[in-house]
Amino acid sequence: MSGVRVLVGTRKGAFILTSDGKREKWNIEGPHFAGWEIYHLKGSPVDPNRIYASQTSGWFGQLVQRSNDGGKTWEVPSGEEAPPTFPARASNKFVYDESKETGKPLTTHQWYDGTQHPWEFKRVWHFEPSLHDADTVYAGVEDAALFRSTDGAKSWHELPGLRGHGTGPDWQPGAGGMCLHTIILDPAKPERIYIAISAAGAFRTDDGGKTWKPINKGLYSKYIPDPTAEVGHCVHHVAMNPRRPDVLFMQKHWDVMRSDNAGDQWTKISGNLPTDFGFVIDVHAHEPETVYVVPIKSDSEHFPLDGKLRVYRSKSGGNEWEELKKGLPERDCYVNVLRDAMAVDQLDECGVYFGTTGGQVYVSPDGGDTWNAIVHDLPGVLSVEVQTLS
Amino acid sequence: MIRVVLPAHLRNLAKTGEEVQLEIAGPVTQRSVLDALEARYPMLRGTIRDHLTQQRRPFLRFFACEEDWSHEEPDALLPEAVAKGEEPLLIVGAIAGG
Repeated sequence: MSGVRVLVGTRKGAFILTSDGKREKWNIEGPHFAGWEIYHLKGSPVDPNRIYASQTSGWFGQLVQRSNDGGKTWEVPSGEEAPPTFPARASNKFVYDESKETGKPLTTHQWYDGTQHPWEFKRVWHFEPSLHDADTVYAGVEDAALFRSTDGAKSWHELPGLRGHGTGPDWQPGAGGMCLHTIILDPAKPERIYIAISAAGAFRTDDGGKTWKPINKGLYSKYIPDPTAEVGHCVHHVAMNPRRPDVLFMQKHWDVMRSDNAGDQWTKISGNLPTDFGFVIDVHAHEPETVYVVPIKSDSEHFPLDGKLRVYRSKSGGNEWEELKKGLPERDCYVNVLRDAMAVDQLDECGVYFGTTGGQVYVSPDGGDTWNAIVHDLPGVLSVEVQTLS
Repeated sequence: MIRVVLPAHLRNLAKTGEEVQLEIAGPVTQRSVLDALEARYPMLRGTIRDHLTQQRRPFLRFFACEEDWSHEEPDALLPEAVAKGEEPLLIVGAIAGG
């Protein structure tokens, strides 16, 4: 029987939750990297046992961990061996490309006070393994930039066309930092990649990362001087069903949006949501018009409305939303669900998963109709990914 | 033989004990000790000092012989007791918590 492996990044380590196709009984492994912040883990679609993990610390900086056995054991990928001097390459060395040959002479972005500020690497928010090669993986980092490794995370090179395409000086950090948090690889067009940055917006390349353009038309953000500006929007997350790669769904700071033309134009689909603030958004694995969000009260109160944790589902691609509550807390719930903390599996009856800042990981094995807590008391959940195993 | 005491997280990362011992040829300085430490334990690269600037990470300190050596130049000689292996170089993480 097929099963699932849920990869959970938390404030104090990584946890791996496994179950069979029924998704009723779970095995919990962890914490891996106890005591460290694990921003994100994700497995390769080519080799599901190859998993990349972002391990970070305010004390010790960024580390990259890699597993080749589905998360049982981990290693820091080795770059150059035993260097006599400081290494030119290393698995945790993310250097912004400012070379004349490939980079741009761009060195600053907008700071909180409106002045320009140098780019400074802080951490990896998101890994996105290639759809075609287990050794190729993309990293979205803070301060916002996109890096790629083609040697299994032993070394990294920036795709500088994004940071240098022209609008970079207008990007600015949100409250969580200036992070590149979303990376979507187009399965139909290998040269097409979507990314999203808080607070800059969404961007797309159609040539494998050489050139980029902002794709933010239709977004309206009243918290920036020009609400319809080309960049500056605080996009929280973007999701796509691989069967229809031109259709994108977005949870913005406020507003839930969709695009039917690969991001060239966005339309608001908040409809009857009780609040359209939130962080996560995802799409059903087999129904491209079925979308999930977790409404959060507001940008100043990051918890569910009225203390009731709810997922909302639209089966019509937006605008018409239904409340999903069976199995979710009915009262006194004041957790948040962070932007990378929702995922869907590929089983026939699509499972939906999300994790909370209160340490719960919920699963719905029936597309959202009913929910169960797999675990209740993990450290605050930063990210949730799921692998469907055959 | 130079002795270096690591904070708990870096011990776990390097899969070693509290104290590691390193052979260093030439002057015993912060730089030469960290070079030797990272050569022995490559997974520690970037965790104690920045990859590019080689500056000490802000929340770490270097103590030796009951003195704070954090703000000394990387190529300054460490105390003779450290060079002789009588005292360890302590790499200490800032205290934080709630």
